[in-house]
Amino acid sequence: MTRSRPPETSEKTGAFNRRHFLAGTATSAVLPLALSVTRDAAADAAPPAPVASRSLELQINGRTHRLTLDNRTTLLDALREHIGLMGAKKGCDHGQCGACTVHLDGRSVLSCLTLAAVAEGHEITTIEGLAQADGTLHPVQQAFVDHDAFQCGYCTPGQIMSAAACIQSGRAGQDAEIREYMSGNLCRCAAYPNIVAAIRAAKTQLGS
Amino acid sequence: MRPFAYERATSPETALDAIKDDRATAFLAGGTTLIDLMKLDVMRPARVIDINALGATEIELDENRLRLGASVHMADAETHEELRRRIPMLTQSLALAASTQIRHMATLGGNVLQRTRCPYFRDVSWSACNKRAPGSGCAALDGFNRQHAVLGASDACIATYAGDFAQALIALDAAVDMVGSRGRRQIPFSKLHVPPGQTPDVETTLAPDELILGFEMPVEPWLRRSLYLKIRDRESYEFALASAAVALDLDGGAIRQARIALGGVATVPWRAREAEQALIGRAPDEATCQLAADIAFSGARPYQHNGFKAALGRQTIVRALLQAAKMEA
Repeated sequence: MTRSRPPETSEKTGAFNRRHFLAGTATSAVLPLALSVTRDAAADAAPPAPVASRSLELQINGRTHRLTLDNRTTLLDALREHIGLMGAKKGCDHGQCGACTVHLDGRSVLSCLTLAAVAEGHEITTIEGLAQADGTLHPVQQAFVDHDAFQCGYCTPGQIMSAAACIQSGRAGQDAEIREYMSGNLCRCAAYPNIVAAIRAAKTQLGS
Repeated sequence: MRPFAYERATSPETALDAIKDDRATAFLAGGTTLIDLMKLDVMRPARVIDINALGATEIELDENRLRLGASVHMADAETHEELRRRIPMLTQSLALAASTQIRHMATLGGNVLQRTRCPYFRDVSWSACNKRAPGSGCAALDGFNRQHAVLGASDACIATYAGDFAQALIALDAAVDMVGSRGRRQIPFSKLHVPPGQTPDVETTLAPDELILGFEMPVEPWLRRSLYLKIRDRESYEFALASAAVALDLDGGAIRQARIALGGVATVPWRAREAEQALIGRAPDEATCQLAADIAFSGARPYQHNGFKAALGRQTIVRALLQAAKMEA
Protein backbone atom coordinates (compact mmCIF):
# COMPACT_ATOMS: atom_id res chain seq x y z
CA MET A 1 0.00 0.00 0.00
CA THR A 2 1.39 3.32 -0.97
CA ARG A 3 1.68 5.71 1.89
CA SER A 4 2.15 8.98 0.18
CA ARG A 5 3.60 11.30 2.71
CA PRO A 6 2.44 14.89 2.31
CA PRO A 7 5.36 17.17 1.63
CA GLU A 8 6.99 18.83 4.61
CA THR A 9 4.85 21.74 5.69
CA SER A 10 6.75 22.83 8.75
CA GLU A 11 8.37 25.86 7.10
CA LYS A 12 5.30 27.89 6.18
CA THR A 13 2.15 26.18 7.33
CA GLY A 14 -0.90 27.29 5.42
CA ALA A 15 0.89 29.61 3.03
CA PHE A 16 0.48 28.80 -0.65
CA ASN A 17 3.72 27.65 -2.11
CA ARG A 18 4.51 26.54 -5.67
CA ARG A 19 6.57 23.60 -4.53
CA HIS A 20 3.83 22.27 -2.28
CA PHE A 21 1.21 22.81 -4.96
CA LEU A 22 3.21 20.80 -7.50
CA ALA A 23 4.01 18.12 -4.96
CA GLY A 24 0.33 17.75 -4.10
CA THR A 25 -0.65 17.52 -7.75
CA ALA A 26 1.88 14.81 -8.46
CA THR A 27 0.94 12.77 -5.41
CA SER A 28 -2.77 12.79 -6.13
CA ALA A 29 -2.22 12.01 -9.79
CA VAL A 30 -0.30 8.88 -8.92
CA LEU A 31 -2.45 7.61 -6.10
CA PRO A 32 -5.19 5.92 -8.21
CA LEU A 33 -2.58 3.87 -10.06
CA ALA A 34 -0.99 2.66 -6.85
CA LEU A 35 -4.41 1.72 -5.45
CA SER A 36 -5.40 -0.20 -8.57
CA VAL A 37 -2.17 -2.19 -8.44
CA THR A 38 -2.95 -3.24 -4.89
CA ARG A 39 -6.54 -4.18 -5.76
CA ASP A 40 -5.50 -6.25 -8.79
CA ALA A 41 -2.96 -8.15 -6.76
CA ALA A 42 -5.53 -8.89 -4.04
CA ALA A 43 -8.18 -10.04 -6.56
CA ASP A 44 -5.74 -12.47 -8.10
CA ALA A 45 -6.02 -15.45 -5.74
CA ALA A 46 -3.79 -17.81 -7.73
CA PRO A 47 -0.08 -17.00 -7.55
CA PRO A 48 0.45 -14.62 -10.47
CA ALA A 49 3.20 -15.74 -12.84
CA PRO A 50 5.16 -12.53 -13.39
CA VAL A 51 4.73 -10.25 -10.39
CA ALA A 52 4.85 -6.77 -11.79
CA SER A 53 4.89 -4.85 -8.53
CA ARG A 54 6.57 -5.10 -5.19
CA SER A 55 6.12 -3.92 -1.62
CA LEU A 56 9.27 -2.38 -0.31
CA GLU A 57 10.78 -0.08 2.28
CA LEU A 58 13.04 2.78 1.38
CA GLN A 59 15.26 4.56 3.91
CA ILE A 60 15.32 8.15 2.79
CA ASN A 61 16.88 10.99 4.75
CA GLY A 62 16.59 8.94 7.94
CA ARG A 63 12.91 8.06 7.47
CA THR A 64 11.36 4.78 6.42
CA HIS A 65 8.87 4.86 3.56
CA ARG A 66 6.69 1.82 2.87
CA LEU A 67 5.50 1.64 -0.73
CA THR A 68 4.04 -0.72 -3.27
CA LEU A 69 5.60 0.10 -6.59
CA ASP A 70 5.53 -1.17 -10.13
CA ASN A 71 8.85 -3.00 -10.69
CA ARG A 72 9.68 -0.48 -13.39
CA THR A 73 9.71 2.43 -10.94
CA THR A 74 13.09 4.05 -10.70
CA LEU A 75 14.35 5.54 -7.46
CA LEU A 76 13.93 8.96 -9.08
CA ASP A 77 10.26 8.37 -9.86
CA ALA A 78 9.70 6.87 -6.40
CA LEU A 79 11.16 10.02 -4.83
CA ARG A 80 9.36 12.53 -7.01
CA GLU A 81 6.02 10.90 -7.76
CA HIS A 82 5.35 8.61 -4.83
CA ILE A 83 7.09 10.20 -1.86
CA GLY A 84 6.84 13.84 -2.79
CA LEU A 85 10.53 14.69 -2.64
CA MET A 86 10.95 16.87 -5.71
CA GLY A 87 14.55 17.91 -5.11
CA ALA A 88 16.17 15.32 -7.36
CA LYS A 89 15.41 16.40 -10.91
CA LYS A 90 14.57 14.48 -14.05
CA GLY A 91 16.81 15.81 -16.80
CA CYS A 92 17.72 13.26 -19.44
CA ASP A 93 16.36 10.20 -17.57
CA HIS A 94 19.24 8.19 -19.13
CA GLY A 95 22.15 8.74 -16.76
CA GLN A 96 23.83 11.38 -18.85
CA CYS A 97 23.10 14.71 -17.14
CA GLY A 98 23.41 14.11 -13.37
CA ALA A 99 20.34 16.17 -12.38
CA CYS A 100 18.93 13.15 -10.51
CA THR A 101 22.06 12.55 -8.38
CA VAL A 102 21.41 11.30 -4.83
CA HIS A 103 23.56 9.47 -2.30
CA LEU A 104 23.25 5.72 -1.80
CA ASP A 105 25.17 4.73 1.34
CA GLY A 106 27.06 8.01 1.06
CA ARG A 107 28.08 7.66 -2.60
CA SER A 108 26.75 9.72 -5.47
CA VAL A 109 24.59 7.67 -7.82
CA LEU A 110 22.05 8.31 -10.57
CA SER A 111 18.53 7.76 -9.27
CA CYS A 112 17.14 7.62 -12.83
CA LEU A 113 19.11 4.43 -13.59
CA THR A 114 18.53 2.86 -10.17
CA LEU A 115 15.39 0.79 -9.72
CA ALA A 116 13.60 1.60 -6.48
CA ALA A 117 13.69 -2.13 -5.69
CA VAL A 118 17.49 -2.11 -5.96
CA ALA A 119 17.71 0.82 -3.55
CA GLU A 120 15.89 -1.09 -0.82
CA GLY A 121 18.15 -1.78 2.15
CA HIS A 122 20.40 1.18 1.44
CA GLU A 123 20.59 4.60 3.09
CA ILE A 124 19.37 7.15 0.57
CA THR A 125 20.10 10.85 1.00
CA THR A 126 18.51 13.45 -1.23
CA ILE A 127 19.03 17.19 -1.38
CA GLU A 128 16.16 17.53 1.12
CA GLY A 129 18.20 15.57 3.67
CA LEU A 130 21.33 17.68 3.45
CA ALA A 131 20.37 20.70 5.55
CA GLN A 132 20.03 20.46 9.33
CA ALA A 133 16.62 19.98 10.92
CA ASP A 134 16.51 23.66 11.95
CA GLY A 135 16.96 24.70 8.32
CA THR A 136 20.64 25.59 8.55
CA LEU A 137 22.06 24.90 5.12
CA HIS A 138 24.78 22.31 4.56
CA PRO A 139 28.11 24.10 3.92
CA VAL A 140 27.98 23.05 0.25
CA GLN A 141 24.46 24.49 -0.13
CA GLN A 142 25.55 27.75 1.53
CA ALA A 143 28.64 27.93 -0.66
CA PHE A 144 26.50 27.55 -3.80
CA VAL A 145 24.42 30.51 -2.64
CA ASP A 146 27.46 32.59 -1.68
CA HIS A 147 29.26 31.93 -4.96
CA ASP A 148 26.29 32.31 -7.27
CA ALA A 149 26.91 28.74 -8.44
CA PHE A 150 23.67 28.47 -10.44
CA GLN A 151 21.37 30.39 -12.70
CA CYS A 152 18.19 28.49 -13.53
CA GLY A 153 18.85 26.04 -10.70
CA TYR A 154 17.53 22.91 -12.37
CA CYS A 155 20.81 21.00 -12.18
CA THR A 156 21.66 22.42 -8.75
CA PRO A 157 20.36 19.65 -6.45
CA GLY A 158 22.38 17.12 -8.45
CA GLN A 159 25.40 19.41 -8.51
CA ILE A 160 25.26 19.86 -4.74
CA MET A 161 24.89 16.12 -4.06
CA SER A 162 27.92 15.41 -6.28
CA ALA A 163 29.85 18.28 -4.71
CA ALA A 164 29.17 17.00 -1.19
CA ALA A 165 30.35 13.52 -2.23
CA CYS A 166 33.40 15.03 -3.91
CA ILE A 167 34.50 16.80 -0.72
CA GLN A 168 33.58 13.90 1.54
CA SER A 169 35.62 11.41 -0.48
CA GLY A 170 38.67 13.69 -0.44
CA ARG A 171 38.59 14.32 -4.19
CA ALA A 172 38.35 18.12 -4.05
CA GLY A 173 42.11 18.71 -3.94
CA GLN A 174 42.69 20.77 -7.06
CA ASP A 175 40.38 22.45 -9.51
CA ALA A 176 41.17 19.85 -12.18
CA GLU A 177 40.27 17.07 -9.77
CA ILE A 178 37.00 18.80 -8.86
CA ARG A 179 36.12 19.30 -12.52
CA GLU A 180 36.83 15.66 -13.33
CA TYR A 181 34.77 14.42 -10.37
CA MET A 182 31.90 16.73 -11.32
CA SER A 183 31.95 15.95 -15.05
CA GLY A 184 28.80 13.84 -14.78
CA ASN A 185 26.75 16.89 -13.76
CA LEU A 186 25.89 19.07 -16.72
CA CYS A 187 24.89 22.72 -16.32
CA ARG A 188 23.39 24.27 -19.43
CA CYS A 189 23.68 27.74 -17.85
CA ALA A 190 27.42 27.00 -17.66
CA ALA A 191 27.86 28.06 -14.04
CA TYR A 192 30.91 25.80 -13.91
CA PRO A 193 33.53 28.35 -12.72
CA ASN A 194 31.29 29.36 -9.81
CA ILE A 195 30.46 25.73 -8.99
CA VAL A 196 34.19 24.97 -8.72
CA ALA A 197 34.68 28.08 -6.56
CA ALA A 198 31.80 27.03 -4.29
CA ILE A 199 33.23 23.52 -3.85
CA ARG A 200 36.67 24.97 -3.04
CA ALA A 201 35.12 27.24 -0.41
CA ALA A 202 32.94 24.52 1.11
CA LYS A 203 35.92 22.20 1.26
CA THR A 204 37.89 24.79 3.23
CA GLN A 205 34.97 25.27 5.59
CA LEU A 206 34.51 21.55 6.10
CA GLY A 207 38.24 21.26 6.72
CA SER A 208 38.69 18.20 4.55
CA MET B 1 9.57 0.49 -20.29
CA ARG B 2 7.88 -2.91 -20.62
CA PRO B 3 6.73 -4.72 -17.47
CA PHE B 4 9.07 -7.30 -15.99
CA ALA B 5 9.28 -9.60 -13.00
CA TYR B 6 11.94 -8.68 -10.46
CA GLU B 7 13.81 -11.19 -8.31
CA ARG B 8 16.88 -11.05 -6.13
CA ALA B 9 19.71 -13.56 -6.06
CA THR B 10 21.89 -13.81 -2.98
CA SER B 11 24.48 -16.24 -4.39
CA PRO B 12 25.71 -17.39 -7.81
CA GLU B 13 23.74 -20.60 -7.28
CA THR B 14 20.42 -18.82 -6.71
CA ALA B 15 21.12 -16.54 -9.68
CA LEU B 16 21.73 -19.50 -11.99
CA ASP B 17 18.76 -21.33 -10.58
CA ALA B 18 16.60 -18.32 -11.36
CA ILE B 19 17.84 -17.72 -14.89
CA LYS B 20 17.89 -21.35 -16.11
CA ASP B 21 18.23 -21.16 -19.88
CA ASP B 22 15.80 -18.35 -20.28
CA ARG B 23 16.86 -15.82 -22.88
CA ALA B 24 14.12 -13.45 -21.77
CA THR B 25 15.80 -13.06 -18.39
CA ALA B 26 18.54 -10.55 -17.67
CA PHE B 27 20.95 -10.16 -14.77
CA LEU B 28 20.92 -6.70 -13.22
CA ALA B 29 23.98 -5.32 -11.44
CA GLY B 30 24.75 -1.59 -11.63
CA GLY B 31 22.02 -1.13 -14.22
CA THR B 32 23.81 1.65 -16.07
CA THR B 33 23.46 -0.19 -19.38
CA LEU B 34 20.43 -2.40 -18.79
CA ILE B 35 18.00 0.16 -17.33
CA ASP B 36 19.05 2.70 -19.95
CA LEU B 37 18.43 0.26 -22.81
CA MET B 38 15.17 -0.98 -21.26
CA LYS B 39 13.91 2.60 -21.21
CA LEU B 40 14.86 2.86 -24.89
CA ASP B 41 13.05 -0.44 -25.58
CA VAL B 42 16.28 -1.89 -27.01
CA MET B 43 16.48 -4.54 -24.30
CA ARG B 44 13.21 -6.19 -23.32
CA PRO B 45 13.71 -8.75 -20.55
CA ALA B 46 10.56 -10.31 -19.12
CA ARG B 47 12.46 -11.11 -15.91
CA VAL B 48 15.23 -9.22 -14.19
CA ILE B 49 17.41 -10.90 -11.58
CA ASP B 50 19.12 -8.46 -9.26
CA ILE B 51 22.61 -9.85 -8.55
CA ASN B 52 23.84 -6.96 -6.40
CA ALA B 53 23.79 -9.07 -3.23
CA LEU B 54 25.56 -12.12 -4.61
CA GLY B 55 29.07 -11.36 -3.39
CA ALA B 56 32.09 -11.40 -5.76
CA THR B 57 33.38 -8.11 -4.35
CA GLU B 58 36.97 -9.22 -3.72
CA ILE B 59 40.11 -7.39 -4.81
CA GLU B 60 42.99 -9.81 -4.20
CA LEU B 61 46.43 -8.58 -5.15
CA ASP B 62 49.53 -10.54 -4.22
CA GLU B 63 53.10 -10.72 -5.50
CA ASN B 64 52.26 -12.02 -8.95
CA ARG B 65 48.51 -12.34 -9.32
CA LEU B 66 45.40 -10.15 -9.27
CA ARG B 67 41.81 -11.25 -8.88
CA LEU B 68 38.95 -8.80 -9.27
CA GLY B 69 35.45 -9.91 -8.32
CA ALA B 70 32.79 -9.24 -10.94
CA SER B 71 30.68 -7.23 -8.48
CA VAL B 72 33.47 -4.81 -7.55
CA HIS B 73 32.35 -1.31 -8.44
CA MET B 74 34.51 0.48 -10.98
CA ALA B 75 35.23 3.24 -8.44
CA ASP B 76 36.56 0.75 -5.88
CA ALA B 77 39.08 -0.82 -8.23
CA GLU B 78 40.07 2.57 -9.62
CA THR B 79 40.95 4.04 -6.20
CA HIS B 80 42.91 0.98 -4.96
CA GLU B 81 46.28 2.55 -4.13
CA GLU B 82 48.50 -0.47 -4.66
CA LEU B 83 46.76 -1.31 -7.90
CA ARG B 84 47.35 2.24 -9.10
CA ARG B 85 51.08 1.88 -8.47
CA ARG B 86 51.53 -1.61 -9.84
CA ILE B 87 49.23 -1.58 -12.91
CA PRO B 88 48.52 2.06 -13.80
CA MET B 89 46.96 0.97 -17.11
CA LEU B 90 44.21 -0.86 -15.28
CA THR B 91 43.15 1.87 -12.85
CA GLN B 92 43.47 4.58 -15.51
CA SER B 93 41.17 2.68 -17.87
CA LEU B 94 38.55 2.76 -15.10
CA ALA B 95 39.14 6.35 -13.99
CA LEU B 96 38.84 7.66 -17.54
CA ALA B 97 35.54 5.84 -18.15
CA ALA B 98 32.09 7.32 -17.61
CA SER B 99 31.14 9.77 -14.85
CA THR B 100 31.76 9.48 -11.11
CA GLN B 101 28.16 8.45 -10.47
CA ILE B 102 28.28 5.73 -13.12
CA ARG B 103 31.60 4.43 -11.73
CA HIS B 104 29.99 4.28 -8.28
CA MET B 105 27.16 2.15 -9.70
CA ALA B 106 28.67 0.02 -12.46
CA THR B 107 30.38 -3.26 -11.69
CA LEU B 108 33.44 -4.71 -13.45
CA GLY B 109 31.48 -7.69 -14.77
CA GLY B 110 28.77 -5.47 -16.16
CA ASN B 111 31.29 -3.00 -17.54
CA VAL B 112 32.94 -5.50 -19.87
CA LEU B 113 29.48 -6.52 -21.14
CA GLN B 114 28.26 -2.97 -21.83
CA ARG B 115 26.54 -2.61 -25.19
CA THR B 116 27.68 -0.47 -28.08
CA ARG B 117 26.83 3.23 -28.30
CA CYS B 118 25.99 2.96 -32.02
CA PRO B 119 23.07 5.39 -32.38
CA TYR B 120 21.30 3.08 -34.82
CA PHE B 121 21.39 0.29 -32.23
CA ARG B 122 20.14 2.57 -29.44
CA ASP B 123 17.27 4.11 -31.40
CA VAL B 124 14.54 1.59 -32.23
CA SER B 125 12.98 3.95 -34.77
CA TRP B 126 15.78 2.79 -37.11
CA SER B 127 14.53 -0.53 -38.42
CA ALA B 128 17.90 -1.69 -39.76
CA CYS B 129 20.20 -2.98 -37.05
CA ASN B 130 21.53 -6.53 -37.27
CA LYS B 131 22.63 -6.39 -33.66
CA ARG B 132 19.17 -5.48 -32.37
CA ALA B 133 17.06 -7.21 -35.03
CA PRO B 134 19.10 -9.93 -36.79
CA GLY B 135 18.78 -9.85 -40.56
CA SER B 136 17.40 -6.31 -40.70
CA GLY B 137 20.56 -4.70 -42.12
CA CYS B 138 22.95 -2.04 -40.85
CA ALA B 139 21.88 1.60 -40.95
CA ALA B 140 25.37 2.72 -39.91
CA LEU B 141 27.06 1.47 -43.09
CA ASP B 142 25.51 4.29 -45.12
CA GLY B 143 24.66 6.46 -42.14
CA PHE B 144 26.59 8.84 -39.95
CA ASN B 145 29.45 6.54 -38.96
CA ARG B 146 32.03 8.91 -37.50
CA GLN B 147 32.22 7.00 -34.20
CA HIS B 148 32.22 3.54 -35.79
CA ALA B 149 34.91 0.88 -36.02
CA VAL B 150 37.72 0.66 -38.58
CA LEU B 151 38.99 -2.67 -37.22
CA GLY B 152 37.09 -5.95 -36.91
CA ALA B 153 33.96 -4.78 -38.71
CA SER B 154 31.87 -6.74 -41.20
CA ASP B 155 29.30 -5.77 -43.81
CA ALA B 156 26.67 -6.69 -41.20
CA CYS B 157 27.87 -4.42 -38.39
CA ILE B 158 30.44 -1.68 -37.79
CA ALA B 159 29.47 -0.79 -34.21
CA THR B 160 32.37 0.10 -31.91
CA TYR B 161 32.99 -1.67 -28.63
CA ALA B 162 32.53 1.22 -26.22
CA GLY B 163 34.38 0.18 -23.05
CA ASP B 164 37.81 1.10 -21.70
CA PHE B 165 38.52 -1.41 -18.92
CA ALA B 166 38.32 -4.33 -21.39
CA GLN B 167 41.33 -2.94 -23.25
CA ALA B 168 43.39 -3.19 -20.07
CA LEU B 169 42.12 -6.73 -19.39
CA ILE B 170 42.99 -7.97 -22.87
CA ALA B 171 46.42 -6.31 -22.73
CA LEU B 172 47.12 -7.88 -19.33
CA ASP B 173 46.35 -11.44 -20.53
CA ALA B 174 43.48 -11.63 -18.06
CA ALA B 175 41.20 -14.65 -17.73
CA VAL B 176 37.45 -14.55 -17.15
CA ASP B 177 36.09 -16.76 -14.39
CA MET B 178 32.52 -17.85 -15.17
CA VAL B 179 29.92 -20.16 -13.73
CA GLY B 180 26.88 -21.66 -15.44
CA SER B 181 24.53 -24.60 -15.28
CA ARG B 182 27.27 -26.75 -16.81
CA GLY B 183 29.75 -25.73 -14.14
CA ARG B 184 32.58 -23.32 -13.69
CA ARG B 185 35.13 -22.45 -16.36
CA GLN B 186 37.88 -19.97 -17.16
CA ILE B 187 38.64 -18.57 -20.59
CA PRO B 188 41.16 -15.98 -21.78
CA PHE B 189 39.55 -12.53 -21.77
CA SER B 190 40.49 -12.30 -25.46
CA LYS B 191 37.99 -15.12 -26.11
CA LEU B 192 35.07 -13.41 -24.35
CA HIS B 193 34.04 -10.97 -27.08
CA VAL B 194 33.47 -12.09 -30.65
CA PRO B 195 33.69 -9.90 -33.77
CA PRO B 196 30.33 -9.27 -35.46
CA GLY B 197 30.81 -11.38 -38.60
CA GLN B 198 27.35 -12.24 -39.92
CA THR B 199 25.84 -12.50 -36.40
CA PRO B 200 26.38 -9.15 -34.68
CA ASP B 201 23.66 -10.03 -32.16
CA VAL B 202 26.09 -12.56 -30.68
CA GLU B 203 28.56 -10.38 -28.80
CA THR B 204 30.25 -12.81 -26.40
CA THR B 205 30.91 -16.49 -25.80
CA LEU B 206 29.07 -16.24 -22.49
CA ALA B 207 26.05 -18.57 -22.46
CA PRO B 208 22.68 -17.01 -21.55
CA ASP B 209 22.76 -18.90 -18.26
CA GLU B 210 26.36 -18.04 -17.43
CA LEU B 211 27.54 -15.46 -14.97
CA ILE B 212 30.93 -13.76 -14.74
CA LEU B 213 32.39 -14.24 -11.26
CA GLY B 214 35.64 -12.36 -11.71
CA PHE B 215 38.83 -11.65 -13.61
CA GLU B 216 42.29 -13.06 -12.92
CA MET B 217 45.58 -11.95 -14.33
CA PRO B 218 49.32 -12.32 -13.83
CA VAL B 219 51.03 -9.28 -12.32
CA GLU B 220 54.63 -8.58 -13.19
CA PRO B 221 56.89 -5.77 -11.95
CA TRP B 222 57.31 -4.26 -15.42
CA LEU B 223 53.59 -3.51 -15.62
CA ARG B 224 54.35 -0.42 -13.54
CA ARG B 225 55.44 0.98 -16.90
CA SER B 226 51.97 0.94 -18.37
CA LEU B 227 49.24 3.45 -19.10
CA TYR B 228 45.87 3.98 -20.72
CA LEU B 229 45.65 6.90 -23.15
CA LYS B 230 42.16 7.91 -24.20
CA ILE B 231 41.46 10.42 -26.98
CA ARG B 232 37.96 11.84 -27.22
CA ASP B 233 35.93 14.83 -28.36
CA ARG B 234 36.04 16.40 -24.90
CA GLU B 235 38.38 16.03 -21.96
CA SER B 236 36.09 14.08 -19.66
CA TYR B 237 32.98 11.87 -19.54
CA GLU B 238 33.05 10.79 -23.18
CA PHE B 239 33.60 7.61 -25.13
CA ALA B 240 36.93 7.09 -26.89
CA LEU B 241 37.49 8.02 -30.51
CA ALA B 242 40.75 6.13 -30.08
CA SER B 243 42.48 4.73 -27.04
CA ALA B 244 45.52 2.62 -26.27
CA ALA B 245 46.42 0.46 -23.29
CA VAL B 246 50.18 -0.06 -23.44
CA ALA B 247 52.90 -1.62 -21.30
CA LEU B 248 56.64 -1.82 -21.94
CA ASP B 249 59.20 -4.20 -20.50
CA LEU B 250 62.55 -2.50 -21.07
CA ASP B 251 65.93 -4.22 -20.93
CA GLY B 252 68.39 -1.36 -20.86
CA GLY B 253 67.58 0.52 -24.02
CA ALA B 254 65.68 -2.27 -25.77
CA ILE B 255 62.11 -3.49 -25.55
CA ARG B 256 61.95 -7.00 -24.11
CA GLN B 257 58.20 -7.31 -24.45
CA ALA B 258 55.26 -5.01 -25.05
CA ARG B 259 51.49 -4.95 -24.79
CA ILE B 260 49.20 -2.88 -26.97
CA ALA B 261 45.40 -2.94 -26.88
CA LEU B 262 43.12 -0.53 -28.70
CA GLY B 263 39.74 0.98 -27.93
CA GLY B 264 37.32 3.25 -29.76
CA VAL B 265 38.43 1.94 -33.16
CA ALA B 266 37.35 -1.71 -33.15
CA THR B 267 34.20 -3.81 -32.83
CA VAL B 268 35.66 -5.77 -29.89
CA PRO B 269 38.42 -5.17 -27.32
CA TRP B 270 41.42 -5.25 -29.67
CA ARG B 271 44.87 -6.64 -28.97
CA ALA B 272 47.53 -5.58 -31.50
CA ARG B 273 49.82 -8.61 -31.18
CA GLU B 274 51.73 -8.17 -34.44
CA ALA B 275 52.53 -4.60 -33.49
CA GLU B 276 53.81 -5.83 -30.12
CA GLN B 277 56.09 -8.35 -31.86
CA ALA B 278 57.56 -5.64 -34.06
CA LEU B 279 58.75 -3.73 -31.00
CA ILE B 280 60.79 -6.56 -29.47
CA GLY B 281 64.54 -5.95 -29.40
CA ARG B 282 64.24 -2.35 -30.55
CA ALA B 283 64.67 0.95 -28.74
CA PRO B 284 61.38 2.71 -27.96
CA ASP B 285 62.05 5.68 -30.23
CA GLU B 286 59.57 7.47 -32.43
CA ALA B 287 60.40 5.53 -35.59
CA THR B 288 59.93 2.18 -33.84
CA CYS B 289 56.66 3.25 -32.25
CA GLN B 290 55.45 4.54 -35.61
CA LEU B 291 56.27 1.18 -37.16
CA ALA B 292 54.23 -0.63 -34.53
CA ALA B 293 51.35 1.81 -35.03
CA ASP B 294 51.39 1.27 -38.80
CA ILE B 295 51.26 -2.49 -38.30
CA ALA B 296 48.39 -2.19 -35.81
CA PHE B 297 46.27 -0.31 -38.35
CA SER B 298 47.43 -2.07 -41.52
CA GLY B 299 44.08 -3.85 -41.75
CA ALA B 300 41.98 -0.76 -41.01
CA ARG B 301 38.97 -0.29 -43.23
CA PRO B 302 37.48 3.21 -43.10
CA TYR B 303 33.87 4.14 -43.85
CA GLN B 304 32.50 7.47 -45.02
CA HIS B 305 32.94 9.51 -41.83
CA ASN B 306 35.50 7.63 -39.73
CA GLY B 307 38.55 7.65 -41.98
CA PHE B 308 40.33 9.88 -39.44
CA LYS B 309 40.33 7.06 -36.90
CA ALA B 310 43.21 5.12 -38.47
CA ALA B 311 45.46 8.19 -38.35
CA LEU B 312 44.25 9.16 -34.88
CA GLY B 313 44.65 5.59 -33.64
CA ARG B 314 48.22 5.42 -34.94
CA GLN B 315 49.11 8.68 -33.24
CA THR B 316 47.50 7.45 -30.04
CA ILE B 317 49.73 4.35 -30.05
CA VAL B 318 52.89 6.38 -30.74
CA ARG B 319 52.14 8.87 -27.98
CA ALA B 320 51.20 6.16 -25.48
CA LEU B 321 54.36 4.13 -26.17
CA LEU B 322 56.68 7.15 -26.00
CA GLN B 323 55.00 8.22 -22.75
CA ALA B 324 55.32 4.73 -21.27
CA ALA B 325 59.00 4.55 -22.22
CA LYS B 326 59.63 7.63 -20.07
CA MET B 327 57.90 6.19 -16.99
CA GLU B 328 59.77 4.99 -13.92
CA ALA B 329 59.36 1.23 -13.63
